[in-house]
Amino acid sequence: MDGNDQKYRDVAYYPGCALEGSGHAYDRSTRVIGKELGLRLHEVENWNCCGAMEVKNIDPHLQTYLSSRVMSIAANEMGHKTVMAPCNGCYHNLKKAEYDLANDAESVAVTERLSSKAGHETYAPGQVETIHALDWIKQTIGEDGIRERVKKSLSGLKIANYYGCMYTRPRHIFPEKDKGNGSESTLNPHFMDDILAAAGAEIVDYPLKTACCGGAHTLSDSDTSTKLVLNLLETAEATGADVIATECPTCHSGLEMHQVRAEKVFERKTNVKVLYFTQLLGLALGIKPRKLGIHENISDSLGLLKEKGLA
Amino acid sequence: MRSFDDIERDITSATDPDELVLCGEEVLEHWVLARGEKPTGDRREGFRLLALHRQGAKGDPSFNACRETCRELIYRRNVIAAEPDHPETVQRLRLAALVARHLGLFVRGKLEEAKLGEFCCAARPLRAAAAT
Repeated sequence: MDGNDQKYRDVAYYPGCALEGSGHAYDRSTRVIGKELGLRLHEVENWNCCGAMEVKNIDPHLQTYLSSRVMSIAANEMGHKTVMAPCNGCYHNLKKAEYDLANDAESVAVTERLSSKAGHETYAPGQVETIHALDWIKQTIGEDGIRERVKKSLSGLKIANYYGCMYTRPRHIFPEKDKGNGSESTLNPHFMDDILAAAGAEIVDYPLKTACCGGAHTLSDSDTSTKLVLNLLETAEATGADVIATECPTCHSGLEMHQVRAEKVFERKTNVKVLYFTQLLGLALGIKPRKLGIHENISDSLGLLKEKGLA
Repeated sequence: MRSFDDIERDITSATDPDELVLCGEEVLEHWVLARGEKPTGDRREGFRLLALHRQGAKGDPSFNACRETCRELIYRRNVIAAEPDHPETVQRLRLAALVARHLGLFVRGKLEEAKLGEFCCAARPLRAAAAT
């Protein structure tokens, strides 16, 4: 299915709240590379929050309903069979809602009641498939397709790929993963590695690719978050990486903000840059840094990118 | 039982991957004891570290956020043990130590925030149900 999956070429696009705010550069770069690659994104009309962590912790059934509404609009009002969510939190929550509605009677009852009250069709499990931006690129364009389209190879750039914790956990809500050759692995995810290697980058052996970034601690215990992020950054530097590539706006913001905080609070400076994988892929496709929102990142990578001939 | 600071010092100065695994076990023992349980002496897949992780996650699925870190530490240990004279052993040991340090930071943070109980809250109700 690598590079040949037509069903993902025309998808409902669910950016989610983060991509309208701190993760705006991820939204921007996702749309730009989609256009460049001839993939069509149709933003889910009148979408709502997926329920994120806040709603889920207070009322998990309400989170299931909120995520189901997004899928219902995509399926029943827009006629789509695939929803693409680049944010790990949104992706995770939509997958979790799919699982809940197929396995938990109470979730179904609450969703039916709230959907009826809100005046839209109740989402039925299986109406759409939720995919991540990594699936979208890997399975429509694939490594060969990327190699054919590269205009500025990422060669000479050493990248540590950081997937964060929600892209693969818990395993049972991702039934399509761990299916052997060609599928994503929950223990050792590799889609981002595959995509950026095809764009010419040297992928380093990064041992903390799914380790916790302390995102949930950011406000309640910033020092813990900073220490966890600092260890992620120092480990990336220990592997020789120039860049940490991300695919989650929360991880990305956390890495950038705590990199600054680590220097201020713990006097530990790290120089590794943080970029979304969509920005790196866009550069390889010959797209200008500004169009990819690289100037919106806190992590200033322009010097490095110029040095590598990418900007 | 040694403090986290003492364990971290040992992690930084370790010259043998098995020392790092022992440090990881000690870190997990802190968590298990804080929950009022006796740390297991069992092994899973040949390693007590993995059995301790499983014990620590029982009834608290959010603890699975360090599952892969534990497994990564074992993987790194095995790679070094399989080729002790490899020219990259020093670098491999350095990376293994950073993995062990991450485990320590995670558990330490988790203990500090234990009252929140929702650290890495992903799908908690589902996982809690699955763990019982």
